[in-house]
Amino acid sequence: MNLPRKNILTKNQVRVLIEKMAKTILKTVPEPTAEWVVVGIQRRGVPLAERLGRHLADAGVPRPPVGTLDITFYRDDMDEVALHPIVQDTDIPFDVTGKVVLLVDDVLYTGRTIRSALDELMDFGRPKKIYLVVLVDRGHRELPIHADVAGETVSTAADEMVEVHLEEIDGEDAVWLRSPGKESPGRKGAR
Amino acid sequence: MKDLLGLEKMTRAQIERILETTRPMKALFTRSIKKVPVLRGKTVALLFFEPSTRTRSSFELAAKRLSADTLNIAVATSSVTKGESLLDTAKTLEAMKVDFMVLRHSSSGAPDLVAPEVKARVINAGDGTHEHPTQGLLDMFTILEKKDRVDGLRIVIVGDVLHSRVARSNLWGLTKLGAQVTVCGPATLIPPGIREVFGKKVQVSFNLEEALRGADVINVLRLQRERQEGNYLPSLREYTELYGLNQNRLRLAKPDCLVLHPGPMNRGVEISSEVADGPRSMILEQVTNGIAVRMAVLYMFSGPNGFTLDPSEIEKENNAIEPALRDIA
Repeated sequence: MNLPRKNILTKNQVRVLIEKMAKTILKTVPEPTAEWVVVGIQRRGVPLAERLGRHLADAGVPRPPVGTLDITFYRDDMDEVALHPIVQDTDIPFDVTGKVVLLVDDVLYTGRTIRSALDELMDFGRPKKIYLVVLVDRGHRELPIHADVAGETVSTAADEMVEVHLEEIDGEDAVWLRSPGKESPGRKGAR
Repeated sequence: MKDLLGLEKMTRAQIERILETTRPMKALFTRSIKKVPVLRGKTVALLFFEPSTRTRSSFELAAKRLSADTLNIAVATSSVTKGESLLDTAKTLEAMKVDFMVLRHSSSGAPDLVAPEVKARVINAGDGTHEHPTQGLLDMFTILEKKDRVDGLRIVIVGDVLHSRVARSNLWGLTKLGAQVTVCGPATLIPPGIREVFGKKVQVSFNLEEALRGADVINVLRLQRERQEGNYLPSLREYTELYGLNQNRLRLAKPDCLVLHPGPMNRGVEISSEVADGPRSMILEQVTNGIAVRMAVLYMFSGPNGFTLDPSEIEKENNAIEPALRDIA
């Protein structure tokens, strides 16, 4: 199979980018204290959140606890999704009330995933402030949502797909751009 | 699959998918807000033509925790007492645009009759002596949660198997998941022909002590006194003597044997209080799991085409992208 795809970020670029994002977070979030937490959106936001947590700890600030969020039950398109996705773990082992939350996902696209995630987080408590941190912002927002920290901004066509691969899930660190028409059906339902 | 009529009609992959979805549903119970908006705007009609407290309230709570609206049709006050037929009642509810009909009926096959006539998803909540699929699923989930598997387990179902829809759903589900099932009870309460239906996957025993040796799970059926008019038993006392589960008998099973009972219990008849309230008893856990399983069922069947699962498609989905890309990389 010869599918039209382009490597946007290599292994090294992904790793450097994540380190850079940690530094940007330190500049963006005023006075990071023990009162902050990181929440990764299933699935690839989760390893990303864990890596960011480690980098932040390496930079000498208190290491934030990391939680995971599956937004399936908060999606707005379940009536249209024929194959209901496998629901992953939601594990928020801390009280979010009064905390500064770094909400982490791999790709920011329509913003609908983030809308779902915000609604779900609010059901866990009342965070003091939520920052949105993404590895790739690919544009085409359908809701008034923006990233506070975006590793890379990529201009894409609406029918292209951005695929982030992370070692923990995919066995490699890389970002691919898949062009329209000939892609395999795969992860359409994922976002 | 539009409707959940019985486990006989389901594949192993479908059953496993529902059980897999039950876990995150149960995880919701530990949140302070136990409700998610996934079925917001959907209506679940609870149509119970037979008395039931726990199944009805379990479905009602399951629907509410998914943010669906519920509509209780109590038969005593409904038009059914005025002679309206089951199909007319179902079509009336359909005209009210309900999305789910959860149906309990004393006639076997009642949900099968309704299902093709309505667009709403029909969920069988127990029909006659036929099936009680969500009970079967919650029993399997309870086993899976404690034992991490069902495949290869030795499971004893004891009691009035003849009249038990719980037993039938258990038999279909457990054998599909690869369990070794023994049904046990007085000969008058074991359905003739059970061997023809299930073959080697199911053993029959008339001796509880023998059946219990080496058992991983024992599912004690309720002795349905209301169905005992046909002189199936000499006396309740004799039944308890021979088939009642007590502490001494439980010792014959594996030390970590689980005790299940679908409720409501006749304490001192099919199960002693000591066992029912003992450390092996899963009876209250089953009640909790029942809500989670019913949430998983409502969620999975709410898709535009009902419960959609194409195992080959899912496998393709998982395998398609990554290897193709790895070849290039």
